[in-house]
Amino acid sequence: MIYLDNAATTKPVPEAVEAMLPYLTEYYGNPSSIYSFSDKSKNVIQDTRDFIAESLHAKSEEIYFTAGGSESDNWAIKAAAEACASKGKHIITSGIEHHAVLHTCQYLEKHGYEVTYVGVDENGILNMEELRAAVREDTILISVMFANNEIGTIQPVREIGELAKEKGILFHTDAVQAYGQIPIDVEELHIDMLSGSGHKFHGPKGIGFLYIRKGVKIRSFIHGGAQERARRAGTENVPGIAGMGAAAKYSFRVMEEKIRKETALRDYLIDRVLSEIPYVRLNGDRSQRLPGNANFSFRFVEGESMLIHLDQKGICASSGSACTSGSLDPSHVLLAIGLPHEIAHGSLRLTLSEETTREELDYVVDNLKEIVSYIRNMSPLYEDFVKEQGRKESEHVQ
Amino acid sequence: MYSEKVMDHFNNPRNVGEIENASGVGTVGNAKCGDIMRIYLDIDDEGIIRDCKFKTFGCGAAVATSSMATELVKGKSIQEAMQVTNKAVMEALDGLPPVKVHCSLLAEEAIHAALWDYAQKHGITIEGLSRPKSDIHEGEEAEEEDY
Repeated sequence: MIYLDNAATTKPVPEAVEAMLPYLTEYYGNPSSIYSFSDKSKNVIQDTRDFIAESLHAKSEEIYFTAGGSESDNWAIKAAAEACASKGKHIITSGIEHHAVLHTCQYLEKHGYEVTYVGVDENGILNMEELRAAVREDTILISVMFANNEIGTIQPVREIGELAKEKGILFHTDAVQAYGQIPIDVEELHIDMLSGSGHKFHGPKGIGFLYIRKGVKIRSFIHGGAQERARRAGTENVPGIAGMGAAAKYSFRVMEEKIRKETALRDYLIDRVLSEIPYVRLNGDRSQRLPGNANFSFRFVEGESMLIHLDQKGICASSGSACTSGSLDPSHVLLAIGLPHEIAHGSLRLTLSEETTREELDYVVDNLKEIVSYIRNMSPLYEDFVKEQGRKESEHVQ
Repeated sequence: MYSEKVMDHFNNPRNVGEIENASGVGTVGNAKCGDIMRIYLDIDDEGIIRDCKFKTFGCGAAVATSSMATELVKGKSIQEAMQVTNKAVMEALDGLPPVKVHCSLLAEEAIHAALWDYAQKHGITIEGLSRPKSDIHEGEEAEEEDY
């Protein structure tokens, strides 16, 4: 199997699994208990908190464990909106956010908040002019993702952070795709809140974190206990936290080498696809993109068909077609960068990991060429296109 | 996700291609929703469908339903072909996931559209056949999410 869907989830590293095991077996003590049997549990939570804080250039008490990226996004946006309601009820986000952010904003819209969705350019980079113009007296929160999950575009987070700071607006960033992949410094980038997810950087699923800058006015998300400074009650997912901590340590240890390797392989993949397959485009910015992300649109090809054929060749990938989204519309991200529906349906996302090899990518491209050509030969859109081309050529000759 | 029959028709689609000077051609669906189906019919003087070919832009279910629909109408009379409903196509494929049911509707519509084209060309009327909708998703509203 060739796994090229690392933006969906990653393979847990052995050290993460090993770190979890003792807390699933012998050290089952509740971290809130007094007796020394629970010290191990308490310690691993603190150790993970310390490491994640340090990796973001934040303080330990600014890291809160959650059940994952979606919860972190929900918490940050809903609780900040509620806490700041007396100041204003206007929120700014982008049109290409993850649904955990978009649907939360839509929920708030039904509860008296106003949301401005700032557009992106054809490469998926936030329009800073539009963002500046969207800021109002009653704007309380800006939420823009660090890097996009579909097209890998890295946003101008520093500029957004500076603007938010200057205007006294809270800045939240969904860094689920970026944390553990590229360096992030919350101080330098003026980030007030940041969402992360363990399974996106080789940790376990069901565990994530939210960084909340000290002093940020925000409500508690889950009531009922003193855990997470009483802001997110509930007995901690100790094995998950231990696994995420080990995975974070691993990710930061290998980060530099991983970025170098993945970027080179990603560019190799992009170059081969663009030069060897006709009627294809790269989605997302060529350089301002996550090291492991490649996203293409093939004209006259529907995404789900392509994924099934790839699966039969042992290749795991994803697409932004309607059929894979469970609705009639293709990905909102691909539509936001200006792709017509029929092109958006033919998208393919290949996301690499540090284990991906050049040989694997060669196998993928070789198969992809055949699959795309096979699907096109079955497509009435392609048939019409070829006939139209033929007609144009014969007209040209005459 | 898909039944074995669907996967079989997806992997080995029957009757892919075009028919030159076909008796009737029908194209339905739209690229916006991600599926377009085109069916070619070769109908003889006795009104028997001698050959049937298709081309489809769409997901696995769209390809499989097109393939199955062509199999079901081949060798049949026009009236028999009219009985090939989306339900018949689905049953022949051992079912489809709920989100893919519209693909089987598309197959039924594509056959009807090709028969309509044939009827128009020959100045005849086919009992039970009305002008096909150009877009099968017309009037279909996406379900609103409940927040």
